[in-house]
Amino acid sequence: MANDHIDLTVEPGEVHALLGENGAGKSTLMNQLYGLLQPDSGEIVVDGTPRTFRSPRDAIAAGIGMVHQHFMLVPVFTVAENIALGAEETRGGPLGWLDRRRSRRDVLETSQRYGLPVDPDALVENLPVGAQQRVEIVKALTRDVDLLILDEPTAVLTPQETEDLLAVMRGLAESGKSVVFITHKLKEVRAIADRITVIRRGRTVGTATPDTAEDELAALMVGRAVSLEVQKTPAEPGRPVLKLSGLIVEDDRGVRAVDGVDLVVHAGEVLGVAGVQGNGQTELVEAVLGLRPPRAGTIQVDNEDLVGMSTKRILRSGVGYVPEDRSTDGVVKEFTVAENLVLDMYDRAPYGNAFRLDARAIATSAAERIKQFDVRTPSADAAVGTLSGGNQQKVVVAREMSRPLRLFIAAQPTRGVDVGSVEFIHSRIVHERDVGTAVLVVSSELDEIIGLADRIAVMYRGRILAIVSPDTPREEIGLLMAGITDGSAAPEPGTPGAAEKGTT
Amino acid sequence: MSHISTATEQDLAEATAPKRFWNRQRRLGTALVAIGVLAAALFGALAPSETARFTLSEDAEGAALSINGQLGAVLFGIVAIGAGVALLVGVAKRWQTTLLGLGIVGFVLSFLCWQVAGKFMPLVDTASGSLELALPLILGALAGVLGERSGVVNVAIEGQFLMGAFAAALVGTMATSVWFGLLSAAVGGALIAAMLAVLAIRFLVDQVVVGIVLNLFAVGVTGFLYERLMQPDAQSYNTPPQMETWRIPVLADIPVIGPVLFETNFLVWLALILVVAIHFGLSRTRWGLRTRAVGEHPTAADTVGIRVRGLRYANVLVGGLVAGAGGAYFTLVATGSFTKNMTSGAGFIALAALIFGRWTPVGALGAALFFGFAQKLATYLSAVGSPVPSQFLNMLPYLATIVAVAGLVGRVRAPAADGQPYLKS
Repeated sequence: MANDHIDLTVEPGEVHALLGENGAGKSTLMNQLYGLLQPDSGEIVVDGTPRTFRSPRDAIAAGIGMVHQHFMLVPVFTVAENIALGAEETRGGPLGWLDRRRSRRDVLETSQRYGLPVDPDALVENLPVGAQQRVEIVKALTRDVDLLILDEPTAVLTPQETEDLLAVMRGLAESGKSVVFITHKLKEVRAIADRITVIRRGRTVGTATPDTAEDELAALMVGRAVSLEVQKTPAEPGRPVLKLSGLIVEDDRGVRAVDGVDLVVHAGEVLGVAGVQGNGQTELVEAVLGLRPPRAGTIQVDNEDLVGMSTKRILRSGVGYVPEDRSTDGVVKEFTVAENLVLDMYDRAPYGNAFRLDARAIATSAAERIKQFDVRTPSADAAVGTLSGGNQQKVVVAREMSRPLRLFIAAQPTRGVDVGSVEFIHSRIVHERDVGTAVLVVSSELDEIIGLADRIAVMYRGRILAIVSPDTPREEIGLLMAGITDGSAAPEPGTPGAAEKGTT
Repeated sequence: MSHISTATEQDLAEATAPKRFWNRQRRLGTALVAIGVLAAALFGALAPSETARFTLSEDAEGAALSINGQLGAVLFGIVAIGAGVALLVGVAKRWQTTLLGLGIVGFVLSFLCWQVAGKFMPLVDTASGSLELALPLILGALAGVLGERSGVVNVAIEGQFLMGAFAAALVGTMATSVWFGLLSAAVGGALIAAMLAVLAIRFLVDQVVVGIVLNLFAVGVTGFLYERLMQPDAQSYNTPPQMETWRIPVLADIPVIGPVLFETNFLVWLALILVVAIHFGLSRTRWGLRTRAVGEHPTAADTVGIRVRGLRYANVLVGGLVAGAGGAYFTLVATGSFTKNMTSGAGFIALAALIFGRWTPVGALGAALFFGFAQKLATYLSAVGSPVPSQFLNMLPYLATIVAVAGLVGRVRAPAADGQPYLKS
């Protein structure tokens, strides 16, 4: 059950934050409100009348709009087509002859009225995520919504874009609309919300006002006091382990996703790669792991060339890898915890050889590692898919840290992971650093990068714009994430981003 | 504002990034040069130095376009080489397709000059024959367009053809009416489509598998009924009336085009009208916008209140009507009776035309005409006793599809959600 007796009241003209961890049931609740899922019991009352929503059609008719976490835009359509879809202006005819001019005009009108610049003729697939989100908001607003639901809208935005979005939300509320803002980010909640409802495990566990302290909100959200800071000592960097030079990698469409990256990660340090999702981080990591052949450049670990090596060899030469998409690349959901723990070493002693598996050795080591990595599972034989996201991630981390490592790469290590597990995973990453492994962490959550990293490389459109210290003000890193390099952030000498100054 | 600066950054990055040398244009250019050289050298060498006559009338007499076969083979081969060279040297992107077309036409003409040298080829007959052979392919491919643009893969075109052909023969004979035959052909096609739709959309069975099963089902059912019903009493069950050729007075007098387009049967007009209607329907109407949305991103369509499954049902069923009408061609136009498995793979060539035509109605028309021409040429060649086996030309649709799918002729991209059932989370 994702939701269990939730009560929520939203007043006109307010920004109501729905705060909860990943998997707490926020999105499920909102999908019920939007008619995508049907509640088993309870009622939805809009302006005093009880309503049932069998499909989004009913919700739209009742004045509810939603901006989904994963954008609901057709990539090959223009902005105007996407906005018109479902509520097309037509000039009649048996199939409904489209009135494109009126659709365009409606888009421009709404876009101007709310200060959300969009180009009606641009193809959505060519737009950056920030612009796609504006399209989503305009799409909802052209339908005359009274209540706008935004599901984790800031996950894909730079800090500056987030500021802009919060301003838009404020403006909407002032014009009398209600805004439901779903998030797990405490800072944003306190900056914008009029009221806060906290959800944990499908229940409302409390309401709060925006002046509530952050750790108080976090405790409410998690159910116990949590430490939001990553505990660590200053790094003691040693020899350079990972060396990338002139790396060029293309994405699936043949576009350069990584465009000339030079990067060094030393033993005993955490290098954090900050950046908005989709700026080449994924391809960078895949290239290092041998999952995506680079077009040019070299990748070396301890002066050994990795380009052209199979992924299996790379992993066994001492590289640990936590992939960003856990469910497709990190675990085999149908396999047991024990099996997932030996996915990398099943054909090696003590777990087995080329012909057989040693069930006993696998079971023993599984029991050991489940304890060591605090994996909350009914047994070592439970299918990994039945565990929570956080525990699945612990299985991945446990497996990848069980080999002797020279380099550890974690991509989005805490995405979809509950706060309790985040603490644990962060402490393991720091521990790995302390024993002298070179660590590369990629995350689109700036707070995570600032907390973990000893040096931060900001990636933008396939390039490293600058390498900064984690003490750099957030705003400055935020500007870099948006590709703006003319602040006081001085890129290290020799960084490719240095030549880019002054493009704004 | 930040988004303004990002635009500049992108422009910069794109302007400075060096391009891949073997881009599409160069690959195409190289291919054209290769076939051009083949045409000029091989066809030119093999062609006898005699006159090739392309006559406007049915026989060797009357007005004709004439050229020395050898000269023509070499000349048109050089045209293909020229088009290839132009692509290699580099031209603006909008000329790419034109040059590609020119190159292929050059190659085909070079081949014809070789084959026709010392003989004659009746142009009108070739054109109208190609169109007639293309007729079922056009309708079948349109059925595919309707289904697949909404996200349902239709491999069952063959089965729909067969059902349509059978129903047209049976009902046409019993009602002694071409029109009832055509109508029931459409219904027969829709019947198969309904099974496809229910299994694929409602029961989420793999659409390709369902399509193949339905093809086998159609072969079985029509085969059984043919043996039990039609064969014993062909007179009362399997002698459908034939579709008449209609002639539109003034227009039919236009040379070449007139007799091809305006002195023909109703089904040809229906097919051409449907191409235009579906083309504009898809691009300019609410139905089309929604169909494309459902085929590309059904969840997005659902969240704006579009009935995803309903629209898919409607499209697949209408597609079935169209493909069934295409099946009527086999019994009401091409031959006078139904025989077992008479469509013999035409449905798969229609599928090839759909893919070769990049899932667009106009593209499908072009591909179907090209395949129809290849088939017509095959019969012509065997009639004049050409050394080139006609099987080579019959392979053409499949070869062309492989080339298209391999991405040599433009980027072939199916609708993003093609073949994926829609499940609410």
